Amino acid sequence: MSRIIVVTSGKGGVGKTTTSAAIATGLALRGKRTAVVDFDIGLRNLDIIMGCERRVVYDFVNVIQGEARLRQALIKDKRLENLSILPASQTRDKTALTLEGVKKVLDELSADFDVIVCDSPAGIEHGAFAAMYWADEAIVVTNPEVSSVRDSDRIIGLLASKTKRAIDGDAPVREHLLLSRYDARRAKRGEMLSVADVLEILAIPLLGVIPESPAVLESSNSGTPVVLNGRSEAGEAYLEAVERLLGRDVPHRFLNGKPRGILSRLFGN
Amino acid sequence: MRILEYFLPTKRSAATAKDRLQIVIARERAQVSAQDYLPSLQKDLIDVIRKYVTVEDGQVQLQVDHVDGCDVLEINVQLPPPRRSMARI
Ligand SMILES: Nc1ncnc2c1ncn2[C@@H]1O[C@H](COP(=O)(O)OP(=O)(O)OP(=O)(O)O)[C@@H](O)[C@H]1O
Ligand SMILES: [Mg+2]
Repeated sequence: MSRIIVVTSGKGGVGKTTTSAAIATGLALRGKRTAVVDFDIGLRNLDIIMGCERRVVYDFVNVIQGEARLRQALIKDKRLENLSILPASQTRDKTALTLEGVKKVLDELSADFDVIVCDSPAGIEHGAFAAMYWADEAIVVTNPEVSSVRDSDRIIGLLASKTKRAIDGDAPVREHLLLSRYDARRAKRGEMLSVADVLEILAIPLLGVIPESPAVLESSNSGTPVVLNGRSEAGEAYLEAVERLLGRDVPHRFLNGKPRGILSRLFGN
Repeated sequence: MRILEYFLPTKRSAATAKDRLQIVIARERAQVSAQDYLPSLQKDLIDVIRKYVTVEDGQVQLQVDHVDGCDVLEINVQLPPPRRSMARI
């Protein structure tokens, strides 16, 4: 049985796809056979972030509707042999993802992969629901901002009531908070919600803190997941989170930002 | 210019953000959990009330509010005009 991890948030644009790509790639780097699945039907994006957009032939919906085999639609990553991507359809609407259809694909992936990462669309409608329904674990991506934290709280409520595990009364979906686009300096100055504030409100375990970082845009420009794109703070923070997902108790290095010299404090950003 | 920021007062709005979040989230958590049981509670209440008076479905309204840190269940029953209920007795 593989671990099914949904990356979800409620609010749009908080970093779900960036996170799905980074975490899946990090898990593959650590030797896990990993598949990352794009549930954002109609707005395919994961292929761009993973850099495989020109190799998409068939997609998730084709597989569900029996128009293609799973192995025809899966794209093997060129950099890591134990990493594959299942792209979303650009043309269909979200209702093409039936719960039973999704289940069939996840079951088939389970035979070949240790971890399945599901990149959820924004919102709390059908697509987001389909992405979370079968999950064992959830990474709740949150930005230190009122609307994002509020939407995360809604998503946490849905994980606890509307997933297969909740409905069957099984062990609940394991939740992880990933606080992204964090600026420790602004939090310290009281201009931004701090890690502690968000943890106090959402009250789920902290998987990691990803700093606001220019490396994320650079990575998406070149189609290289940020964990593979040289050494960047965001990349390292994601790798740290991967270690925690693998059960290692590593210290949080990005809670307080990087120590800075007096010159960079005055003139840097 | 960060050198200037050092001498200008900064806006410490994070505390405001946290206060607003705590209030709105407490209210929404109560509403969301109420959404799960309100429809069936409403149905049961209508059945009970109909044992005594004639009411339409829309005349029994339920609502959960968050007042002074407490969740309050508000039940509003609009009774029929007195003559009609007299006629039933
Ligand atoms: N740590 C970060 N630092 C800087 N920019 C970031 C960071 N994380 C994400 N971004 C930027 O935020 C934007 C949204 O990211 P992403 O597409 O991953 O979000 P999403 O939650 O998947 O969006 P959607 O809800 O539309 O699917 C992108 O432009 C991305 O480059
Ligand atoms: Mg996305």
